[in-house]
Amino acid sequence: MTTIATPRSPYTRSPRRGLNWEKAGWLYMRISGVILVVLILGHLFVNLMLGEGVKGIDFAFVAGKWASPFWQVWDVLMLWLALIHGANGMRTIVNDYATTRGMRVTLKTFIGISAVGLILLGTLVATTFDPCPQVSVDQLDLLPSFCPPQ
Amino acid sequence: MSVASATRAAKSTTRPGGTLYRGHEGMWSWVLHRITGVAIFFFLLVHILDTAVVRISPEAYNAVISSYQNPLMGVGEIGLVGAIVFHALNGLRIIAIDYWRKGVKYQRAMFWTVIAVWVVLMAAFIPRQIIVIISEVQG
Repeated sequence: MTTIATPRSPYTRSPRRGLNWEKAGWLYMRISGVILVVLILGHLFVNLMLGEGVKGIDFAFVAGKWASPFWQVWDVLMLWLALIHGANGMRTIVNDYATTRGMRVTLKTFIGISAVGLILLGTLVATTFDPCPQVSVDQLDLLPSFCPPQ
Repeated sequence: MSVASATRAAKSTTRPGGTLYRGHEGMWSWVLHRITGVAIFFFLLVHILDTAVVRISPEAYNAVISSYQNPLMGVGEIGLVGAIVFHALNGLRIIAIDYWRKGVKYQRAMFWTVIAVWVVLMAAFIPRQIIVIISEVQG
């Protein structure tokens, strides 16, 4: 039998324990969003507007950027913030449109695996990158101009 | 007055209170935010993979990145930048609605400000990208 509260008894909130993850996610979207506006619009400006635009992007261009810790930090920060922001957005959309529990769990598992896998891959690539790798003689001209002669 | 026309008249003259996301700018900005968000997410997945090739060899990376450097992709990049710029500006509008005291009152004006700034930024990017596309055609 259900007990009905005494009339006019004051409203009490049921106590919540621990971190409110849904609220943390909501807040994360806004904080990361503001930072990403700067990081991504800066990324687009440097890579697509300056110099030769997208036509100027090649190994030497990337090596020239990642030879500096400034762009390494910029890109790794962008990677983490953007992928978590995107994965959390996709999670919201799955929660809204996937009608069965099985479908929601499956889709969110795929989203989570993709996000974690690509964050690890991207971080490894950007932090272990060598702007002047050993290459065969016919590919020496693909390296940036600051590389010492091999 | 028939019921239908009375309903229509009521719809055109009154706006339901507290329903920021029902109809008009509030709803369409939300729809656009979702569509651009999903599109950007899938591009991001591909973009991390293509950038990761830079770790394999200069030759492999140049081969992959050259697929971004043809006229068809050049037009696609205009779409991508358009989606990102809208998502960025509308995201700032959402934050203003949440945290600025007058955010809800001015959400419509802020939507049209987003569109105006979007037009200005795209007017700067599109001619620049068309020059790049032409130089790609000419090789």
